[in-house]
Amino acid sequence: MNNSAPAFAAGYINNDGPKLITERFQFEDSFTLERFLNTGGYNGLRKALEKKPSEVHDEVREAVLLGRGGAGFPAGVKWGFCPEGVWPRYLVVNGDESEPGTYKDRLLMERDPHQLIEGCLIACYALGLSQCFLYVRGEMALAQERIANALNEAYEAGYVGRNILGQDFSVDIVLHWGAGAYIVGEETALIESLEGNRGMPRLKPPYFPAAIGLYGQPTIVNNVETLSNIPWIIDNGASAYKEMGSETSPGTRLFAISGHVNRPGVYEVEQGVTTFRDLFYGENFCQGIRNGKELKMFIPGGGSAPWFFEEHLDLPLEARPIGDAGSMLGSGAIVVMDETTDAVKACLRVVRFFARESCGKCSPCREGTTWEEKILRRIYEGDGRPSDIELLLDIGDNISPGPYPVAAFSEQDLEAVPFPPRQTTICPLGPSSVAPITSAIRRFRTEFETLITQRDSIPVSAAPIEVEQ
Amino acid sequence: MAYFTEENLRRAHEIIDSYPRAKSALIPLLHLAQEQNGWITNEAMTHIAELTDVTSAEVLGTGSFYEMFKFHPVGKYLINVCTNISCQLLGGEELLHHAEAALGITDGETTEDGLFTLEDVECIAACTEAPCFTVNYRYFHRADENIFDEVVAELRSGRSPLDKGKQGDSGDIPSHGTLSRIQQHIPIDRKAGITPPEDSKTAPVWMEKNTEEAKS
Ligand SMILES: Cc1cc2nc3c(=O)[nH]c(=O)nc-3n(C[C@H](O)[C@H](O)[C@H](O)COP(=O)(O)O)c2cc1C
Ligand code: SF4
Ligand code: FES
Repeated sequence: MNNSAPAFAAGYINNDGPKLITERFQFEDSFTLERFLNTGGYNGLRKALEKKPSEVHDEVREAVLLGRGGAGFPAGVKWGFCPEGVWPRYLVVNGDESEPGTYKDRLLMERDPHQLIEGCLIACYALGLSQCFLYVRGEMALAQERIANALNEAYEAGYVGRNILGQDFSVDIVLHWGAGAYIVGEETALIESLEGNRGMPRLKPPYFPAAIGLYGQPTIVNNVETLSNIPWIIDNGASAYKEMGSETSPGTRLFAISGHVNRPGVYEVEQGVTTFRDLFYGENFCQGIRNGKELKMFIPGGGSAPWFFEEHLDLPLEARPIGDAGSMLGSGAIVVMDETTDAVKACLRVVRFFARESCGKCSPCREGTTWEEKILRRIYEGDGRPSDIELLLDIGDNISPGPYPVAAFSEQDLEAVPFPPRQTTICPLGPSSVAPITSAIRRFRTEFETLITQRDSIPVSAAPIEVEQ
Repeated sequence: MAYFTEENLRRAHEIIDSYPRAKSALIPLLHLAQEQNGWITNEAMTHIAELTDVTSAEVLGTGSFYEMFKFHPVGKYLINVCTNISCQLLGGEELLHHAEAALGITDGETTEDGLFTLEDVECIAACTEAPCFTVNYRYFHRADENIFDEVVAELRSGRSPLDKGKQGDSGDIPSHGTLSRIQQHIPIDRKAGITPPEDSKTAPVWMEKNTEEAKS
């Protein structure tokens, strides 16, 4: 078994499980057309072109391929939302990966760009999408290079562009790149950005850009990992795909496990059959918490996800049970924190992110996240006020009314509030900022209280300023 | 007013031609302007406005939303240190403080010799390889103070430090503004054809296969 991450695929760790989308990562030249063609590349596309477009769509629907961008919506179902008879239709690939803790789309783009391109082509064929925009996060220079190079190769060789593989199938794929803004990952903001505007989410409804998207036309937005699975599914069939994973979450997923584990890395993992405990402690995976410490908490699905604790370790990696338990798998980003972690500090850091990245379009989020950060900072720096904990929860309630999704906490007889949250905002970024706050306060309230009461014991900062006469 | 060089103007037109609407090219064109000059000048925005048929205020309106666009000069090398949660847990903040001390500047500042600008940034999608930093958006994984110092020393002496990145990236780091060292180029005879949406209101030809009789 390959124990360490190969230098050329930084972070990827082969765990002996099925490899649907990382098979080529073992090759140093995995991103070249030559290697791709030598390892089954564009077979899925060939098979797709032998079928009717609707049959290809049926195969993807049948596979129950869940979106890997965060929301976990089945791709085949979303593909069906394009209104009949409205043309042209577009494909926009979401390669804006920026959710805290998430590292897998960059790897897929750097290491296997042709696989992604093949997935895009198959989607375009199935749905009659006439142009594809591959939106890569601005900060990912190498990914942009690898995709630009792969597209140049694929155009030359007749896999992209006019009359693909000599058939009546013509699609242009254009590399587009962003310029630094987390919110652009939200699909309607992605479209705004692609239209040359400030990347602010659009008002819903319509809930899916499949109805009204780029230039007001039907637009499918899919994540890089989602589309990277399509070639395998078409090449091997939906039933082979469903033999892996669980019934509601078939196949594999990439999980980036970071933080206080012995062997952090990106693993391709069969869904449903693997648990968090397997991931954190398994020999094939992270091999335990660093320095023999105890686990304090972990984020199961990126900065936006409510935190989990020791008692959630045996949950399977599968969307539904994790949603019921009060959180989400989100973007496959798991952040492990050991007992030495300061809960207030961690909470502040994640909230600072949302405060910085709020696009400012709606006030509960714009004002709310700013105040959340300020209040958390003063608590952390020892200037907190006794009312601050309630104030934080109150601000959260303005952004996301009602009980916020949180994980169960049996010691206090608290039950889980299932995901997803309610929101007063245009997009889920606002509610995401509430996740770390409710999680930390509910579980580690005394840490907040200690910091706040310490303030009273520091007379200097509490004393009124004396003005010299 | 012409801002772009002849070669960049050619690239600008190629970029515009790859979108159904010219305004979609705004972000790539702003990057191109930044590549030419290291930052984005008023002249650049005026020229981009002309090319895409929008006002220069709209160009600024779009551009100012995005962190990567700089509307004032920055260093030849932009160093971004991630302090978000995964990196924070493994010393990202300490790395930032070291960088500040080593370069004698704080978040957002540029060294007097114009070589380095430092930023404290959000997650850059290298979380399992924490702590990490980038130089002109090229990654240095599993970094520590020594690696940081070595990278800075190499850059100061004009050598490429990319082999220290642990990412499989190689070659030189171009000056701030250049991202991809490779451009997409669609050969004219291979292009499927990019038209405004109002000019392509019919279903693509291959969709006719859906209504054809099943092959026997
Ligand atoms: C604030 C916010 C940020 C998001 N960022 C990303 C992202 O970086 N990448 C991504 O693929 N999806 C992101 N999403 C989810 C997208 O809106 C969308 O659901 C997804 O791209 C759809 O693709 P999928 O169905 O294949 O997952 C984000 C959503 C929100 C609300
Ligand atoms: S919730 Fe926040 S990020 Fe989303 S639209 Fe409103 S202000 Fe923008
Ligand atoms: S948290 Fe630093 S790269 Fe993701």
